[in-house]
Amino acid sequence: MNAIETERLTRRFGDFVAVREVSFAVRAGELFAFLGPNGAGKTTTINMLCTLLRPTSGTARVGGHDIVREPDAVRRRIGLVFQDPSLDDRLTAWQNLRFHAMLYDVPRRVFEERARRLLDLVELTDHAHQEVGTFSGGMKRRLELARGLLHEPKVLFLDEPTLGLDPQTRRHIWDYILRLRDSEGTTVFFTTHYMDEAERADRIAIIDHGRIIALDTPENLKATIGGDVILMRTSDDARAAARLQEALGLEPRVTWEGVLIEVARGDQMIPRLLEAFRDGAEPPLIVHSISLRRPSLEDVFIKLTGRAIREEEASPLDRMRLSRRLWSRR
Amino acid sequence: MAFLKAVYTIWYRDLLRFLRDRSRIVSSLGQPLLFLIVFGNGLAPAVAAGMGGVDFRAFLFPGILSMAVLFTAVFSAVSIVWDREFGFLKEVLVAPVSRTAVALGKVAGGSTTAMIQGLLIMLLAPLVGVRFTPSQVITLIFMMILVAATMTSFGILVAARMRSMEGFHMIMNFLLMPMFFVSGAFFPLRQVPLWMEWLARVDPLTYGVDAIRQTALRGLVPEPVLQVLVLHPMEVNLIALIAFWMLFLVPAVWLFRKTE
Repeated sequence: MNAIETERLTRRFGDFVAVREVSFAVRAGELFAFLGPNGAGKTTTINMLCTLLRPTSGTARVGGHDIVREPDAVRRRIGLVFQDPSLDDRLTAWQNLRFHAMLYDVPRRVFEERARRLLDLVELTDHAHQEVGTFSGGMKRRLELARGLLHEPKVLFLDEPTLGLDPQTRRHIWDYILRLRDSEGTTVFFTTHYMDEAERADRIAIIDHGRIIALDTPENLKATIGGDVILMRTSDDARAAARLQEALGLEPRVTWEGVLIEVARGDQMIPRLLEAFRDGAEPPLIVHSISLRRPSLEDVFIKLTGRAIREEEASPLDRMRLSRRLWSRR
Repeated sequence: MAFLKAVYTIWYRDLLRFLRDRSRIVSSLGQPLLFLIVFGNGLAPAVAAGMGGVDFRAFLFPGILSMAVLFTAVFSAVSIVWDREFGFLKEVLVAPVSRTAVALGKVAGGSTTAMIQGLLIMLLAPLVGVRFTPSQVITLIFMMILVAATMTSFGILVAARMRSMEGFHMIMNFLLMPMFFVSGAFFPLRQVPLWMEWLARVDPLTYGVDAIRQTALRGLVPEPVLQVLVLHPMEVNLIALIAFWMLFLVPAVWLFRKTE
Protein backbone atom coordinates (compact mmCIF):
# COMPACT_ATOMS: atom_id res chain seq x y z
CA MET A 1 0.00 0.00 0.00
CA ASN A 2 1.14 3.55 -0.67
CA ALA A 3 1.71 5.80 2.33
CA ILE A 4 1.05 8.96 0.33
CA GLU A 5 -0.77 9.41 -2.97
CA THR A 6 -1.47 12.72 -4.63
CA GLU A 7 -3.43 13.41 -7.77
CA ARG A 8 -3.07 16.72 -9.57
CA LEU A 9 -2.65 18.45 -6.22
CA THR A 10 -2.77 22.23 -6.73
CA ARG A 11 -2.61 25.26 -4.49
CA ARG A 12 -2.95 28.87 -5.57
CA PHE A 13 -2.38 32.01 -3.52
CA GLY A 14 -4.30 34.60 -5.52
CA ASP A 15 -2.74 34.60 -8.97
CA PHE A 16 0.35 32.75 -7.85
CA VAL A 17 0.34 28.99 -8.34
CA ALA A 18 2.53 27.60 -5.56
CA VAL A 19 1.91 23.93 -6.38
CA ARG A 20 0.75 22.93 -9.84
CA GLU A 21 -0.97 19.58 -10.53
CA VAL A 22 1.48 17.50 -8.57
CA SER A 23 0.95 13.73 -8.73
CA PHE A 24 3.14 11.16 -7.03
CA ALA A 25 3.04 8.17 -4.72
CA VAL A 26 5.26 7.31 -1.78
CA ARG A 27 5.50 3.64 -0.86
CA ALA A 28 5.13 2.47 2.72
CA GLY A 29 8.49 2.42 4.48
CA GLU A 30 10.14 4.59 1.88
CA LEU A 31 12.52 7.50 2.56
CA PHE A 32 11.27 10.04 0.07
CA ALA A 33 12.86 13.41 -0.68
CA PHE A 34 11.29 16.53 -2.08
CA LEU A 35 14.21 18.46 -3.55
CA GLY A 36 13.99 21.97 -4.90
CA PRO A 37 15.08 25.56 -4.46
CA ASN A 38 13.39 27.89 -1.99
CA GLY A 39 9.94 28.91 -3.10
CA ALA A 40 9.54 25.82 -5.31
CA GLY A 41 6.41 24.74 -3.41
CA LYS A 42 7.89 22.21 -0.98
CA THR A 43 6.45 23.62 2.23
CA THR A 44 3.11 24.34 0.59
CA THR A 45 2.91 20.67 -0.43
CA ILE A 46 3.76 19.49 3.08
CA ASN A 47 1.22 21.86 4.60
CA MET A 48 -1.47 20.43 2.34
CA LEU A 49 -0.50 16.83 3.08
CA CYS A 50 -0.63 17.44 6.83
CA THR A 51 -4.04 19.20 6.61
CA LEU A 52 -2.82 22.67 7.60
CA LEU A 53 -3.71 24.04 4.16
CA ARG A 54 -6.60 23.10 1.88
CA PRO A 55 -5.72 22.33 -1.74
CA THR A 56 -7.27 24.58 -4.38
CA SER A 57 -7.89 21.48 -6.50
CA GLY A 58 -6.76 17.89 -6.77
CA THR A 59 -6.71 15.24 -4.06
CA ALA A 60 -4.27 13.46 -1.80
CA ARG A 61 -4.44 10.49 0.52
CA VAL A 62 -2.10 10.06 3.45
CA GLY A 63 -2.07 6.75 5.30
CA GLY A 64 -5.08 5.76 3.20
CA HIS A 65 -7.21 8.75 4.19
CA ASP A 66 -8.33 11.77 2.21
CA ILE A 67 -6.68 14.96 3.44
CA VAL A 68 -9.78 17.11 2.88
CA ARG A 69 -12.59 14.77 3.86
CA GLU A 70 -10.91 12.95 6.75
CA PRO A 71 -8.42 15.43 8.24
CA ASP A 72 -8.61 13.93 11.74
CA ALA A 73 -7.83 10.42 10.47
CA VAL A 74 -4.83 11.86 8.57
CA ARG A 75 -3.64 13.82 11.62
CA ARG A 76 -3.65 10.73 13.79
CA ARG A 77 -1.39 8.95 11.29
CA ILE A 78 1.27 11.59 10.71
CA GLY A 79 4.15 13.05 12.67
CA LEU A 80 5.71 16.39 11.85
CA VAL A 81 8.92 18.29 12.27
CA PHE A 82 8.42 21.84 11.07
CA GLN A 83 10.93 24.24 9.63
CA ASP A 84 10.54 26.42 12.71
CA PRO A 85 10.88 24.88 16.16
CA SER A 86 7.48 24.27 17.68
CA LEU A 87 8.43 23.22 21.19
CA ASP A 88 7.30 24.94 24.35
CA ASP A 89 10.51 26.56 25.59
CA ARG A 90 9.16 27.04 29.09
CA LEU A 91 8.50 23.35 29.65
CA THR A 92 10.98 20.52 30.04
CA ALA A 93 11.69 18.00 27.28
CA TRP A 94 9.67 15.40 29.15
CA GLN A 95 6.71 17.76 29.62
CA ASN A 96 6.75 18.59 25.91
CA LEU A 97 6.54 14.89 25.12
CA ARG A 98 3.84 14.36 27.72
CA PHE A 99 1.80 17.18 26.23
CA HIS A 100 2.12 15.62 22.78
CA ALA A 101 1.02 12.24 24.11
CA MET A 102 -2.06 13.83 25.66
CA LEU A 103 -2.98 15.55 22.40
CA TYR A 104 -2.65 12.25 20.54
CA ASP A 105 -4.37 10.23 23.22
CA VAL A 106 -1.42 7.95 23.97
CA PRO A 107 -2.12 6.09 27.25
CA ARG A 108 0.17 7.12 30.08
CA ARG A 109 1.97 3.82 30.58
CA VAL A 110 2.57 3.36 26.85
CA PHE A 111 3.77 6.95 26.71
CA GLU A 112 6.38 6.54 29.44
CA GLU A 113 7.90 3.48 27.86
CA ARG A 114 8.02 5.02 24.36
CA ALA A 115 9.24 8.40 25.56
CA ARG A 116 12.14 6.77 27.38
CA ARG A 117 13.11 4.71 24.34
CA LEU A 118 12.86 7.65 21.92
CA LEU A 119 14.81 10.01 24.17
CA ASP A 120 17.44 7.32 24.37
CA LEU A 121 17.57 7.03 20.57
CA VAL A 122 18.12 10.77 20.13
CA GLU A 123 20.49 10.80 23.10
CA LEU A 124 18.58 13.26 25.23
CA THR A 125 17.92 11.01 28.22
CA ASP A 126 20.20 13.10 30.43
CA HIS A 127 18.34 16.27 29.47
CA ALA A 128 14.81 14.92 29.86
CA HIS A 129 13.98 17.16 32.80
CA GLN A 130 15.77 20.24 31.58
CA GLU A 131 13.84 23.25 30.28
CA VAL A 132 13.79 23.24 26.46
CA GLY A 133 14.67 26.95 26.41
CA THR A 134 18.21 26.00 27.43
CA PHE A 135 18.64 23.53 24.51
CA SER A 136 20.86 24.13 21.45
CA GLY A 137 19.33 24.16 17.96
CA GLY A 138 20.47 20.60 17.34
CA MET A 139 19.04 19.32 20.63
CA LYS A 140 15.69 20.92 19.88
CA ARG A 141 15.61 19.23 16.48
CA ARG A 142 16.35 15.87 18.04
CA LEU A 143 13.61 16.35 20.59
CA GLU A 144 11.18 17.28 17.82
CA LEU A 145 12.12 14.13 15.93
CA ALA A 146 11.42 12.04 19.02
CA ARG A 147 8.17 13.89 19.60
CA GLY A 148 7.07 13.40 15.98
CA LEU A 149 7.38 9.63 16.43
CA LEU A 150 5.79 9.41 19.88
CA HIS A 151 2.32 8.46 18.64
CA GLU A 152 3.77 5.94 16.16
CA PRO A 153 2.74 7.72 12.98
CA LYS A 154 2.61 5.90 9.66
CA VAL A 155 4.25 8.84 7.93
CA LEU A 156 6.79 11.27 9.34
CA PHE A 157 7.01 14.63 7.57
CA LEU A 158 10.23 16.60 7.92
CA ASP A 159 10.25 20.10 6.48
CA GLU A 160 13.89 21.12 5.95
CA PRO A 161 14.92 19.18 9.05
CA THR A 162 18.45 20.59 9.18
CA LEU A 163 17.91 24.20 8.10
CA GLY A 164 20.09 26.57 10.06
CA LEU A 165 22.18 23.87 11.72
CA ASP A 166 25.94 23.58 11.36
CA PRO A 167 27.37 20.78 9.16
CA GLN A 168 28.35 18.53 12.04
CA THR A 169 24.95 18.79 13.68
CA ARG A 170 23.32 18.19 10.30
CA ARG A 171 25.19 14.94 9.96
CA HIS A 172 24.12 13.88 13.45
CA ILE A 173 20.49 14.69 12.77
CA TRP A 174 20.64 12.48 9.71
CA ASP A 175 22.12 9.64 11.70
CA TYR A 176 19.14 9.93 14.03
CA ILE A 177 16.61 10.12 11.21
CA LEU A 178 18.01 6.98 9.58
CA ARG A 179 18.25 5.18 12.91
CA LEU A 180 14.67 6.10 13.83
CA ARG A 181 13.41 5.00 10.45
CA ASP A 182 15.15 1.66 10.77
CA SER A 183 13.89 0.98 14.29
CA GLU A 184 10.33 2.29 13.77
CA GLY A 185 9.83 1.36 10.12
CA THR A 186 8.12 4.71 9.49
CA THR A 187 7.65 6.20 6.04
CA VAL A 188 9.66 9.44 5.92
CA PHE A 189 8.80 12.30 3.60
CA PHE A 190 11.24 15.19 3.77
CA THR A 191 11.94 18.41 1.91
CA THR A 192 15.38 19.84 1.41
CA HIS A 193 17.40 22.09 -0.80
CA TYR A 194 20.65 20.35 0.14
CA MET A 195 21.81 17.88 -2.52
CA ASP A 196 23.77 15.71 -0.10
CA GLU A 197 20.66 15.21 2.03
CA ALA A 198 18.52 14.23 -0.94
CA GLU A 199 21.16 11.61 -1.86
CA ARG A 200 20.17 9.62 1.22
CA ALA A 201 16.61 9.11 0.01
CA ASP A 202 15.27 5.97 -1.64
CA ARG A 203 13.62 8.17 -4.22
CA ILE A 204 13.71 11.88 -5.00
CA ALA A 205 11.10 14.14 -6.52
CA ILE A 206 12.69 17.26 -7.95
CA ILE A 207 10.31 20.19 -7.77
CA ASP A 208 10.69 23.56 -9.43
CA HIS A 209 8.15 26.36 -9.81
CA GLY A 210 5.46 24.19 -8.24
CA ARG A 211 5.90 21.27 -10.65
CA ILE A 212 7.57 17.90 -10.28
CA ILE A 213 10.12 17.78 -13.07
CA ALA A 214 11.74 14.43 -12.24
CA LEU A 215 11.08 11.53 -9.88
CA ASP A 216 13.39 8.56 -9.49
CA THR A 217 16.10 6.95 -7.36
CA PRO A 218 19.26 9.05 -6.91
CA GLU A 219 21.21 6.54 -9.07
CA ASN A 220 18.72 6.63 -11.94
CA LEU A 221 18.54 10.41 -11.83
CA LYS A 222 22.30 10.67 -12.06
CA ALA A 223 22.36 8.03 -14.83
CA THR A 224 20.30 10.39 -17.01
CA ILE A 225 23.56 12.26 -17.37
CA GLY A 226 25.68 10.29 -19.80
CA GLY A 227 28.83 9.22 -18.00
CA ASP A 228 31.09 11.98 -16.66
CA VAL A 229 30.89 15.69 -16.07
CA ILE A 230 33.75 17.96 -17.07
CA LEU A 231 34.00 21.42 -15.60
CA MET A 232 36.19 23.96 -17.41
CA ARG A 233 37.07 27.43 -16.32
CA THR A 234 38.33 29.77 -19.00
CA SER A 235 38.97 33.42 -19.61
CA ASP A 236 35.70 33.65 -21.59
CA ASP A 237 33.24 30.86 -20.84
CA ALA A 238 30.63 31.89 -23.41
CA ARG A 239 33.10 31.93 -26.26
CA ALA A 240 34.68 28.67 -25.07
CA ALA A 241 31.26 26.98 -25.09
CA ALA A 242 30.56 28.18 -28.61
CA ARG A 243 33.96 26.94 -29.78
CA LEU A 244 33.42 23.46 -28.28
CA GLN A 245 30.02 23.16 -29.89
CA GLU A 246 31.45 24.15 -33.27
CA ALA A 247 34.63 22.09 -33.17
CA LEU A 248 33.53 18.94 -31.33
CA GLY A 249 29.74 18.95 -31.66
CA LEU A 250 29.31 18.96 -27.85
CA GLU A 251 26.47 20.59 -25.90
CA PRO A 252 28.27 22.57 -23.20
CA ARG A 253 26.37 24.63 -20.61
CA VAL A 254 27.64 27.83 -19.08
CA THR A 255 26.95 28.07 -15.34
CA TRP A 256 28.26 30.16 -12.48
CA GLU A 257 30.83 27.42 -11.86
CA GLY A 258 32.19 27.46 -15.43
CA VAL A 259 31.52 25.47 -18.60
CA LEU A 260 29.86 22.10 -17.94
CA ILE A 261 30.15 19.27 -20.44
CA GLU A 262 28.55 15.83 -20.14
CA VAL A 263 30.39 13.06 -21.94
CA ALA A 264 30.55 9.26 -21.83
CA ARG A 265 34.35 9.04 -21.32
CA GLY A 266 35.64 12.19 -19.69
CA ASP A 267 39.28 11.00 -19.47
CA GLN A 268 39.47 10.63 -23.25
CA MET A 269 37.66 13.90 -23.92
CA ILE A 270 40.05 16.19 -22.02
CA PRO A 271 42.94 16.05 -24.59
CA ARG A 272 40.46 16.74 -27.39
CA LEU A 273 39.11 19.75 -25.50
CA LEU A 274 42.58 21.25 -25.25
CA GLU A 275 43.15 20.54 -28.94
CA ALA A 276 40.05 22.53 -29.80
CA PHE A 277 41.55 25.66 -28.27
CA ARG A 278 44.76 25.50 -30.31
CA ASP A 279 43.43 27.21 -33.42
CA GLY A 280 45.14 30.55 -32.86
CA ALA A 281 41.97 32.63 -32.69
CA GLU A 282 42.32 36.19 -31.38
CA PRO A 283 42.20 37.07 -28.57
CA PRO A 284 43.47 33.72 -27.31
CA LEU A 285 41.20 31.70 -24.98
CA ILE A 286 42.98 30.79 -21.78
CA VAL A 287 41.98 27.62 -19.96
CA HIS A 288 42.34 28.14 -16.19
CA SER A 289 41.34 24.69 -15.05
CA ILE A 290 39.68 21.45 -16.12
CA SER A 291 38.16 19.00 -13.68
CA LEU A 292 36.44 15.69 -14.12
CA ARG A 293 33.78 14.25 -11.83
CA ARG A 294 30.98 11.74 -11.58
CA PRO A 295 27.59 13.40 -12.08
CA SER A 296 25.90 14.77 -8.95
CA LEU A 297 22.29 15.63 -8.26
CA GLU A 298 23.30 19.22 -8.76
CA ASP A 299 24.18 18.34 -12.37
CA VAL A 300 20.80 16.68 -12.76
CA PHE A 301 19.10 19.79 -11.46
CA ILE A 302 21.08 22.04 -13.79
CA LYS A 303 20.31 19.79 -16.73
CA LEU A 304 16.59 19.92 -15.93
CA THR A 305 16.23 23.60 -15.11
CA GLY A 306 19.29 25.33 -16.53
CA ARG A 307 19.94 26.73 -13.04
CA ALA A 308 21.78 25.64 -9.94
CA ILE A 309 20.28 25.33 -6.47
CA ARG A 310 22.40 27.60 -4.40
CA GLU A 311 22.56 28.80 -0.86
CA GLU A 312 22.47 32.40 -2.02
CA GLU A 313 18.92 31.85 -3.16
CA ALA A 314 17.71 31.90 0.44
CA SER A 315 14.53 33.94 0.51
CA PRO A 316 14.13 36.96 2.81
CA LEU A 317 11.85 34.82 4.98
CA ASP A 318 14.55 32.18 5.38
CA ARG A 319 17.06 34.82 6.32
CA MET A 320 14.67 36.13 8.97
CA ARG A 321 14.16 32.59 10.17
CA LEU A 322 17.89 32.03 10.42
CA SER A 323 18.52 35.21 12.32
CA ARG A 324 15.68 34.37 14.68
CA ARG A 325 17.30 31.02 15.32
CA LEU A 326 20.60 32.65 16.09
CA TRP A 327 18.90 34.96 18.54
CA SER A 328 16.90 32.30 20.22
CA ARG A 329 19.87 29.99 20.58
CA ARG A 330 21.27 31.92 23.52
CA MET B 1 -14.70 12.39 25.70
CA ALA B 2 -11.81 13.11 23.33
CA PHE B 3 -13.11 16.67 23.19
CA LEU B 4 -12.95 17.09 26.96
CA LYS B 5 -9.51 15.53 27.09
CA ALA B 6 -8.25 18.05 24.52
CA VAL B 7 -9.72 20.95 26.54
CA TYR B 8 -8.07 19.52 29.63
CA THR B 9 -4.72 19.16 27.84
CA ILE B 10 -4.61 22.79 26.70
CA TRP B 11 -5.72 23.90 30.16
CA TYR B 12 -3.08 21.73 31.78
CA ARG B 13 -0.29 23.23 29.69
CA ASP B 14 -1.30 26.77 30.64
CA LEU B 15 -1.39 25.83 34.29
CA LEU B 16 1.95 24.04 34.09
CA ARG B 17 3.58 27.04 32.43
CA PHE B 18 2.10 29.34 35.03
CA LEU B 19 3.25 27.26 37.99
CA ARG B 20 6.74 26.75 36.57
CA ASP B 21 7.24 30.46 36.23
CA ARG B 22 7.58 31.38 39.90
CA SER B 23 9.37 34.63 39.17
CA ARG B 24 6.42 35.80 37.08
CA ILE B 25 4.01 34.97 39.88
CA VAL B 26 6.02 36.94 42.39
CA SER B 27 6.67 39.90 40.11
CA SER B 28 3.02 40.10 39.10
CA LEU B 29 2.19 40.60 42.77
CA GLY B 30 4.45 43.63 42.87
CA GLN B 31 2.28 46.02 40.88
CA PRO B 32 -0.99 45.42 42.75
CA LEU B 33 0.88 45.68 46.02
CA LEU B 34 2.37 48.98 44.93
CA PHE B 35 -1.04 50.35 43.98
CA LEU B 36 -2.61 49.17 47.16
CA ILE B 37 0.05 50.38 49.57
CA VAL B 38 1.28 53.57 47.93
CA PHE B 39 -1.81 54.68 46.07
CA GLY B 40 -4.15 53.54 48.81
CA ASN B 41 -2.29 55.15 51.67
CA GLY B 42 -1.48 58.26 49.67
CA LEU B 43 -5.03 58.98 48.60
CA ALA B 44 -6.91 57.73 51.65
CA PRO B 45 -6.71 61.00 53.68
CA ALA B 46 -7.46 63.19 50.65
CA VAL B 47 -10.60 61.35 49.59
CA ALA B 48 -11.84 60.42 53.05
CA ALA B 49 -14.57 63.11 52.97
CA GLY B 50 -16.23 61.68 49.87
CA MET B 51 -16.16 58.03 50.88
CA GLY B 52 -19.03 58.10 53.38
CA GLY B 53 -16.87 56.69 56.13
CA VAL B 54 -15.38 53.82 54.13
CA ASP B 55 -11.62 53.46 54.27
CA PHE B 56 -10.34 54.19 50.74
CA ARG B 57 -7.89 51.31 50.98
CA ALA B 58 -10.72 48.90 51.66
CA PHE B 59 -12.63 50.43 48.74
CA LEU B 60 -9.61 50.11 46.48
CA PHE B 61 -8.87 46.50 47.36
CA PRO B 62 -11.60 44.87 45.23
CA GLY B 63 -10.56 47.12 42.34
CA ILE B 64 -6.97 45.92 42.59
CA LEU B 65 -8.23 42.35 42.74
CA SER B 66 -10.16 42.92 39.52
CA MET B 67 -7.14 44.54 37.92
CA ALA B 68 -4.95 41.51 38.63
CA VAL B 69 -7.59 39.16 37.24
CA LEU B 70 -8.12 41.32 34.14
CA PHE B 71 -4.46 41.55 33.17
CA THR B 72 -3.56 37.94 33.91
CA ALA B 73 -6.55 36.75 31.88
CA VAL B 74 -5.85 38.92 28.86
CA PHE B 75 -2.13 38.18 28.87
CA SER B 76 -2.73 34.47 28.93
CA ALA B 77 -4.93 34.85 25.85
CA VAL B 78 -2.13 36.70 24.13
CA SER B 79 0.01 33.65 24.47
CA ILE B 80 -1.90 32.49 21.36
CA VAL B 81 -0.16 35.21 19.34
CA TRP B 82 3.08 34.25 20.99
CA ASP B 83 2.55 30.56 20.21
CA ARG B 84 1.79 31.31 16.61
CA GLU B 85 4.90 33.43 16.21
CA PHE B 86 7.08 30.90 17.90
CA GLY B 87 5.58 27.87 16.28
CA PHE B 88 4.04 26.04 19.18
CA LEU B 89 0.50 26.60 17.93
CA LYS B 90 1.32 24.48 14.87
CA GLU B 91 2.00 21.48 17.05
CA VAL B 92 -1.52 21.87 18.44
CA LEU B 93 -3.17 22.58 15.09
CA VAL B 94 -1.88 19.44 13.35
CA ALA B 95 -2.91 17.25 16.28
CA PRO B 96 -6.14 15.30 15.91
CA VAL B 97 -8.07 17.59 18.25
CA SER B 98 -10.97 19.93 17.62
CA ARG B 99 -10.10 23.61 17.26
CA THR B 100 -13.10 24.47 19.40
CA ALA B 101 -11.57 22.35 22.15
CA VAL B 102 -8.28 24.23 21.78
CA ALA B 103 -10.02 27.61 22.12
CA LEU B 104 -12.10 26.45 25.10
CA GLY B 105 -9.01 24.97 26.75
CA LYS B 106 -7.33 28.32 26.35
CA VAL B 107 -10.27 30.07 28.03
CA ALA B 108 -10.18 27.53 30.85
CA GLY B 109 -6.42 27.95 31.26
CA GLY B 110 -6.58 31.75 31.28
CA SER B 111 -9.43 31.73 33.78
CA THR B 112 -7.66 29.37 36.13
CA THR B 113 -4.36 31.21 36.16
CA ALA B 114 -6.13 34.55 36.61
CA MET B 115 -8.15 33.11 39.47
CA ILE B 116 -5.00 31.82 41.19
CA GLN B 117 -3.43 35.23 40.76
CA GLY B 118 -6.54 36.73 42.38
CA LEU B 119 -6.29 34.30 45.30
CA LEU B 120 -2.70 35.42 45.89
CA ILE B 121 -3.85 39.05 45.97
CA MET B 122 -6.53 38.08 48.48
CA LEU B 123 -3.74 37.03 50.84
CA LEU B 124 -2.80 40.72 50.97
CA ALA B 125 -6.24 41.73 52.24
CA PRO B 126 -5.31 41.90 55.94
CA LEU B 127 -2.73 44.58 55.04
CA VAL B 128 -5.58 47.01 54.37
CA GLY B 129 -7.89 45.71 57.08
CA VAL B 130 -10.13 43.61 54.86
CA ARG B 131 -11.20 40.17 56.13
CA PHE B 132 -13.31 37.51 54.48
CA THR B 133 -15.61 34.81 55.77
CA PRO B 134 -15.32 31.41 54.06
CA SER B 135 -18.55 31.96 52.15
CA GLN B 136 -17.24 35.32 50.89
CA VAL B 137 -14.09 33.58 49.66
CA ILE B 138 -16.15 31.05 47.71
CA THR B 139 -18.32 33.75 46.13
CA LEU B 140 -15.21 35.75 45.26
CA ILE B 141 -13.55 32.75 43.59
CA PHE B 142 -16.68 32.23 41.54
CA MET B 143 -16.81 35.91 40.53
CA MET B 144 -13.12 36.00 39.66
CA ILE B 145 -13.50 32.94 37.42
CA LEU B 146 -16.43 34.59 35.65
CA VAL B 147 -14.55 37.85 35.12
CA ALA B 148 -11.43 35.96 34.01
CA ALA B 149 -13.36 33.78 31.55
CA THR B 150 -14.99 36.87 30.05
CA MET B 151 -11.70 38.69 29.68
CA THR B 152 -9.79 35.65 28.35
CA SER B 153 -12.47 35.21 25.69
CA PHE B 154 -12.07 38.89 24.87
CA GLY B 155 -8.32 38.40 24.59
CA ILE B 156 -8.69 35.41 22.26
CA LEU B 157 -11.18 37.30 20.12
CA VAL B 158 -8.64 40.09 19.72
CA ALA B 159 -5.69 37.71 19.25
CA ALA B 160 -7.37 35.21 16.89
CA ARG B 161 -6.45 37.11 13.75
CA MET B 162 -3.46 38.97 15.06
CA ARG B 163 -0.05 38.24 13.58
CA SER B 164 2.26 40.42 15.63
CA MET B 165 2.90 41.46 19.18
CA GLU B 166 2.89 45.14 18.14
CA GLY B 167 -0.78 44.93 17.20
CA PHE B 168 -1.51 43.52 20.56
CA HIS B 169 0.22 46.30 22.42
CA MET B 170 -1.93 48.77 20.54
CA ILE B 171 -5.08 46.99 21.66
CA MET B 172 -3.77 47.05 25.19
CA ASN B 173 -3.31 50.81 25.16
CA PHE B 174 -6.51 51.71 23.38
CA LEU B 175 -8.89 49.16 24.85
CA LEU B 176 -7.58 47.55 27.98
CA MET B 177 -6.38 50.60 29.90
CA PRO B 178 -9.59 52.61 29.23
CA MET B 179 -11.63 49.55 30.13
CA PHE B 180 -9.83 49.35 33.41
CA PHE B 181 -10.01 53.08 34.20
CA VAL B 182 -13.74 53.57 33.60
CA SER B 183 -14.68 50.36 35.40
CA GLY B 184 -14.82 52.02 38.78
CA ALA B 185 -11.88 50.05 40.10
CA PHE B 186 -10.10 53.18 41.34
CA PHE B 187 -12.95 55.52 42.26
CA PRO B 188 -16.70 55.32 42.88
CA LEU B 189 -18.71 55.84 39.70
CA ARG B 190 -20.98 58.32 41.44
CA GLN B 191 -21.16 61.91 40.20
CA VAL B 192 -18.97 61.22 37.19
CA PRO B 193 -19.64 62.93 33.82
CA LEU B 194 -22.41 61.40 31.73
CA TRP B 195 -20.03 60.13 29.02
CA MET B 196 -18.06 58.19 31.59
CA GLU B 197 -21.21 56.75 33.04
CA TRP B 198 -22.13 55.46 29.58
CA LEU B 199 -18.70 54.09 28.87
CA ALA B 200 -18.83 52.30 32.21
CA ARG B 201 -22.15 50.78 31.22
CA VAL B 202 -20.71 49.11 28.10
CA ASP B 203 -17.55 48.07 29.92
CA PRO B 204 -17.77 44.41 30.97
CA LEU B 205 -15.27 45.00 33.73
CA THR B 206 -17.62 47.49 35.49
CA TYR B 207 -19.96 44.63 36.34
CA GLY B 208 -17.10 42.46 37.52
CA VAL B 209 -15.64 45.16 39.74
CA ASP B 210 -19.07 45.94 41.17
CA ALA B 211 -19.81 42.29 41.92
CA ILE B 212 -16.41 41.70 43.50
CA ARG B 213 -16.68 44.88 45.55
CA GLN B 214 -20.15 44.06 46.88
CA THR B 215 -19.00 40.63 47.92
CA ALA B 216 -15.74 41.79 49.46
CA LEU B 217 -17.11 44.76 51.44
CA ARG B 218 -20.32 43.19 52.72
CA GLY B 219 -20.06 42.91 56.50
CA LEU B 220 -17.06 45.22 56.59
CA VAL B 221 -18.98 48.36 55.68
CA PRO B 222 -22.39 49.35 57.11
CA GLU B 223 -25.21 48.32 54.76
CA PRO B 224 -26.49 51.89 53.95
CA VAL B 225 -22.96 52.95 52.98
CA LEU B 226 -22.52 49.84 50.83
CA GLN B 227 -25.76 50.66 49.04
CA VAL B 228 -24.28 54.02 48.05
CA LEU B 229 -21.14 52.43 46.60
CA VAL B 230 -22.93 49.64 44.76
CA LEU B 231 -23.98 50.25 41.16
CA HIS B 232 -26.18 47.30 40.25
CA PRO B 233 -27.92 44.46 42.05
CA MET B 234 -25.86 41.26 42.08
CA GLU B 235 -28.19 39.53 39.59
CA VAL B 236 -27.73 42.32 37.06
CA ASN B 237 -23.95 42.01 37.37
CA LEU B 238 -24.11 38.25 36.90
CA ILE B 239 -26.36 38.43 33.87
CA ALA B 240 -24.29 41.21 32.30
CA LEU B 241 -21.04 39.28 32.80
CA ILE B 242 -22.45 36.07 31.33
CA ALA B 243 -23.88 38.03 28.40
CA PHE B 244 -20.54 39.71 27.70
CA TRP B 245 -18.77 36.39 28.05
CA MET B 246 -20.96 34.78 25.39
CA LEU B 247 -20.68 37.88 23.22
CA PHE B 248 -16.88 37.40 23.19
CA LEU B 249 -16.63 33.62 23.36
CA VAL B 250 -18.81 32.65 20.39
CA PRO B 251 -17.05 34.81 17.77
CA ALA B 252 -13.66 34.04 19.38
CA VAL B 253 -14.15 30.30 18.91
CA TRP B 254 -15.56 30.84 15.43
CA LEU B 255 -12.60 32.98 14.34
CA PHE B 256 -10.14 30.55 15.84
CA ARG B 257 -11.69 27.66 13.92
CA LYS B 258 -11.47 29.59 10.68
CA THR B 259 -7.77 30.34 10.97
CA GLU B 260 -5.74 28.24 8.59
